[in-house]
Amino acid sequence: MPREKIDLPHHVEYLSILDKDGNVDQDLEPDIPDDQLRKLHRYMLLGRRFDERMLRLQRQGRIGTFAPIKGQEASQIGPVAALREDDWMVPAFREAGAMIWRGQSMEGILLLYGGFNQAGEMPEGINNLPVAVPVGTQVLHAVGLGYGMKYRGDDRVAMTFFGDGATSEGDFHEGLNFAGVFQTPVVFVCQNNHWAISIPRSHQTRSETLAQKALAYGMPGIQVDGNDILATYVAATEAVERARSGGGPTLIECVTYRRSVHTTADDPTRYRTDEEVAEWEERDPITRFQKYLKDKGLLSDQELEELEEEIDTEIRDAVEKTEKRMEELAGEAMVMFEHMYAELPPYLREQRDELARELAAKEGSNG
Amino acid sequence: MAKMTMVQALNHALHQQMRKDDSVVVLGEDVGVDGGVFRVTDGLIDEFGKERVIDTPLAESAIVGTSIGMAIYGLKPVGEIQFSGFSYLAFHQLESHAARMRWRSQGGYHVPMVLRMPYAGGVRALEHHSESREAYYAHTPGLKMVIPSGPRTARALLVSAIQDPDPVIFFEPKSVYRAFREEVPEEEESMPLGQAQVVREGGDITLIAYGAMLRPTLEAAQRLEDEDGVQAEVIDLLTISPLDTDTFAESVRKTGRAVVVHEAPRSFGPGAEVVSRLVEKSFWYLEAPIQRVTGFDIIIPMFAYEQVYLPGVERILRGARETLNA
Ligand SMILES: Cc1ncc(C[n+]2csc(CCOP(=O)(O)OP(=O)(O)O)c2C)c(N)n1
Ligand SMILES: [Mg+2]
Repeated sequence: MPREKIDLPHHVEYLSILDKDGNVDQDLEPDIPDDQLRKLHRYMLLGRRFDERMLRLQRQGRIGTFAPIKGQEASQIGPVAALREDDWMVPAFREAGAMIWRGQSMEGILLLYGGFNQAGEMPEGINNLPVAVPVGTQVLHAVGLGYGMKYRGDDRVAMTFFGDGATSEGDFHEGLNFAGVFQTPVVFVCQNNHWAISIPRSHQTRSETLAQKALAYGMPGIQVDGNDILATYVAATEAVERARSGGGPTLIECVTYRRSVHTTADDPTRYRTDEEVAEWEERDPITRFQKYLKDKGLLSDQELEELEEEIDTEIRDAVEKTEKRMEELAGEAMVMFEHMYAELPPYLREQRDELARELAAKEGSNG
Repeated sequence: MAKMTMVQALNHALHQQMRKDDSVVVLGEDVGVDGGVFRVTDGLIDEFGKERVIDTPLAESAIVGTSIGMAIYGLKPVGEIQFSGFSYLAFHQLESHAARMRWRSQGGYHVPMVLRMPYAGGVRALEHHSESREAYYAHTPGLKMVIPSGPRTARALLVSAIQDPDPVIFFEPKSVYRAFREEVPEEEESMPLGQAQVVREGGDITLIAYGAMLRPTLEAAQRLEDEDGVQAEVIDLLTISPLDTDTFAESVRKTGRAVVVHEAPRSFGPGAEVVSRLVEKSFWYLEAPIQRVTGFDIIIPMFAYEQVYLPGVERILRGARETLNA
């Protein structure tokens, strides 16, 4: 009748490969092809610049509220880089970088934050679910997708993103529990950016780490330096491979920081200090990766300058195109009746006609 | 008397009730240090501390379920759901427990809690931030469902909601939060729940509205007077459940014509209930079919088209004129 420590089948690890100054741990350094390294860098930089541009557009009233990703580029690009195109990605609402990597256009994202229904349309052949605003709720959808993959015998994986705050919602726990019980091929990626609006990570849960919550559901959990793209990529690659080969789900906690506002409606000076933000600026995911690439001879100052220009042009084109599209779509309010059901029921057709008559009358009286 | 916005008036009510009664506690996401995302709870944590103004982890179900326990224990929790669009994560706690505890315990336990939440559209927000789903709560036996229309009614109704012995769902029209100011008396003022208000008298037609729709309805009434020489009576429902039938039934017995206005989808909405009661209570006085001017039975569009969706002065006028000309 002993009283002893119980050995659990899983334990929680911490992983960091590239430190904040860009020094690499050579034992842990993954073997990633040069092109892939360049691509990771390009998408992180694009994510950053696009985010900055959206913030300016929002401040100028050209788009509505959105959730900036600044500082979290490695936490989202590393994980999705481990996916195959035919895998699925289930985002929350702060994954613009991951969405772009996965083939969604900047135009689509701008249109969403510009307030247009039409933005919901997913480009052909892309297995991403749309943005999910209710915190944590999307986690379960990934589990269901994973169940479908397993049921059909497809060697695919579903990856879902959520924040530190989301781990307090019931749906998060129910999702992990289902995935554990059914051994679905799911990778749960928590972007622990230290804040859920004004609530610090320490007030969200008494747990030392978020990764350890995996243990309660019988799956491996790993905490990684979320500002280290090598670490996020390695952890996700392992998790994706495990899931794909029938090894079940994994929880990855990416420790990062939300350097910007929660959304453009938020004023973080009410609840956090400038010093804290400055501290995390020094742990920037992009600067350290650039140093790594330069050390490897994969990036020169001139190449970087050219890349910045290229990205700038791409973003400018996307903004111009979207603003034109928004002008064209502005008069298309009748689309609000589209996609409610496979077929519009008669009473809704009546309501649609009612609105059409109203708009036509208005047009007439203005004309 | 001070001129206040609805946000200030609600904040004032919370301060006053917390000073008066130490069983009142406030809980929710970002209600403490941040003062609430709309600042309705601003400053409370400074005066009352974090034991009474509780910044919770992110879990609506826990906010409501915990409030139920607190209320049974004798506290008066005033919970905040950041947007009504996120209240569904707590719906089971409301339907399965808050609404039933008094009944289930045959009067042994009751749940004097208030659950505040901003609702409705008009602020160019993301998905889930603009819906009007008061019908869910009004349809739930055991809950009360209150919706003020301006700063003064908001303050007075929140006071009553906090003092009420039963669970009250308190919807705040977010487009009204800072839209205008009204005189709000310093001394405590309350209004009975379950009582509508005649806010404009007239004998030709009755316009029934609540929440953010009250102002466009009043404007439409003014235009009916100016442009058509018609005197419209305007009724502000204020409480959706229990619905004050007498006030509007009596008005329609006088005017013989009625239009119900709300932002919520039309089918199975509060307007349907108002019309049914009018048919039951004032049928023989009706001179024309009753009109509903409401949101359409679709998901409220993203904000580029939101203003087209929302009922406004023109749509209310058209409904009123159709009723008048019928
Ligand atoms: C169910 C639900 N409750 C509340 C909100 C309002 N809200 C939006 S984001 C957020 C904080 C989310 O924190 P976290 O999960 O850490 O994600 P982050 O915003 O930091 O990316 C809150 C409370 C919401 N969108 N959904
Ligand atoms: Mg967070």
